[in-house]
Amino acid sequence: MPSEWIARHDQTVALQGEWTLAHYRDIKSALAQSDIGQLTHETVSLDAITRLDTAGAVLIIELIGVEKATSVAEWAAELPKEQQALLIRIAEAMNAPLDVAQPSHSRINQALASVGLQMVGLWSQQRQLLAFIGLVIATLFHLALRPRRWRLTATVAHIQQSGLNAVPIVALLTFMVGAVVAFLGATVLQDFGATIYTIDLVAFSFLREFGVLLAAILLAGRTASAFTAQIGAMKSNEEIDALQAQGLDPIELLVLPRVMAMLISLPMLAFVGMLSGLAGGAMVTSLSLDISLTQFMITLQKDVSVTHFLVGLSKAPVFAFVIAVIGCLEGFKVSGSAQSVGEHTTSSVVQSIFMVILIDAVAALFFMEMGW
Amino acid sequence: MSDSDKPIKQTTQPVIKVRGLINRFGSVVVHDNLDLTLNRGEILGVVGGSGTGKSVLLRSIVGLKRPNGGTVEVLGHTLNELNDKQRSQIERRFGVLFQRGALFSSLNLQENIALTLIEHAKLPREDAEHLARIKLSLVGLPPQAALQFPESLSGGMVKRAALARALALDPDILFLDEPTAGLDPIGAAAFDQLLVTLRDALGFSVFLVTHDLDTLYAACDRVAVLSQQHVLVVDTIDKVAETNDEWVQDYFHGPRGRAAQSANTASSTNAYRQE
Repeated sequence: MPSEWIARHDQTVALQGEWTLAHYRDIKSALAQSDIGQLTHETVSLDAITRLDTAGAVLIIELIGVEKATSVAEWAAELPKEQQALLIRIAEAMNAPLDVAQPSHSRINQALASVGLQMVGLWSQQRQLLAFIGLVIATLFHLALRPRRWRLTATVAHIQQSGLNAVPIVALLTFMVGAVVAFLGATVLQDFGATIYTIDLVAFSFLREFGVLLAAILLAGRTASAFTAQIGAMKSNEEIDALQAQGLDPIELLVLPRVMAMLISLPMLAFVGMLSGLAGGAMVTSLSLDISLTQFMITLQKDVSVTHFLVGLSKAPVFAFVIAVIGCLEGFKVSGSAQSVGEHTTSSVVQSIFMVILIDAVAALFFMEMGW
Repeated sequence: MSDSDKPIKQTTQPVIKVRGLINRFGSVVVHDNLDLTLNRGEILGVVGGSGTGKSVLLRSIVGLKRPNGGTVEVLGHTLNELNDKQRSQIERRFGVLFQRGALFSSLNLQENIALTLIEHAKLPREDAEHLARIKLSLVGLPPQAALQFPESLSGGMVKRAALARALALDPDILFLDEPTAGLDPIGAAAFDQLLVTLRDALGFSVFLVTHDLDTLYAACDRVAVLSQQHVLVVDTIDKVAETNDEWVQDYFHGPRGRAAQSANTASSTNAYRQE
């Protein structure tokens, strides 16, 4: 069974050629095909080996056994010192236990465990969120009476980032949704000959719901993720620990400016959203329904009371608070790795959008029952 | 791996030749006409004050930064003249240990090391992970570490694991960027020892950027001092320490330098006594 890598002459097995990583698979399959078995007690010649690296050494040691490899100097004295040293060093490394028993469970157990883990995770997530909200509110009240410790610069910087810079995208998005709603209304109401009510449809939906909801969802995607990534990167760089070790409160320094910035930005953005939603509606009604802009304004004034505007705007601070708090909390949950930053950023966006819609649904129910 | 017929040390065949290297960041000149040679099988320590461009030099040789001028010749090839494929071939023969380990945080240790074995050497996952575990054991990590993720490791373990990853493809040249920074003295000494042992067994050349005087005395064959945008002196450590330069004198003959020097002489006298 002579092959490129291994040959048997009488009682001696000769290993030959380049035993390197590049040929690892070839040598391994050649060994598997030959009936060579273990060579622990046979005479082995390594003279014909032209190159040897760690991968090749591993194969040789697996073939001849660790003990024989350790005593390589005795039976292969003519092998270069460097390769002897390599064999001995690798043999020592392989002599240590290499494999770790991985805990194995049945599939049903695993499935149950994963369900349980999810439930416990969900539960502790909500508890943490409540606790964090409490902490933030407590700090807020604590600082409310101490204007010297308000971080005005940071707050204004965050207002610029998450409020001002978001104006174009919020305006554009709500404008387009406003146009879509108007189109929908025009199509449906045409059958009743009541296309004039398209104005009411756009006005009601944007003042009560869409203006604030779309702005909140956009900020949940745009700002909650930014908060999580900012704070998460600080966390994994031990900056949060550094703050605490210096006796500074990360809630006061990092969270409150962000929460305050959101509380100020979101109502304004919601207002922008309402206006440009109405503008989108007005554009469609004036272009395709022949309702003039003047008539649009008059109908708006006559049919739509200011209550709807207030109902819509009243939700904005709540959404803002929830988005900011979830974004910051997820940031604090980041641990070490880059992967963790990614996971928590995703989680903060999903959670904040979910909470915004949930709160909106509950609020709609409440306002309806109240008759507002 | 070097060829088998080469003796372990005392060869002066160059593996890296840096000639006339120029590096600038805007108007800041980091390197100006810098020459440096790394010989086969040697451990070359590169020292210099903060901001003298030790890491930049390493990054220019490895190919992470394109130099503004000059040539870097690695294993007989000039890096700038190669196309991407040839370059990648050369870069496979490098092993780099970054300052903070730079282990992939989403992979466990054995996957960290197996990655290049799977991607470059095209090994099946099972074989690659087997070799990876041997590499981990080679750098002195316990078997349980193979399944751990980088974030749960101590600084010393990260350095060892990063060394194992740098060794994954049996590189010809190993680049180490401050490998003992942040290690306790015992861990750092063990790392120096490990480096020398592995160099003797595997025969690679080492480009070692460091601040650690003990490492210079314990592990390096030659030391290069970077200063004033070029290599001030490169020689054995005893001769470098004699150089008439203010920074070199402060560095080697300051309180820490003297301590490292005397520790080294003490340990070598002990070794003689034992013999």
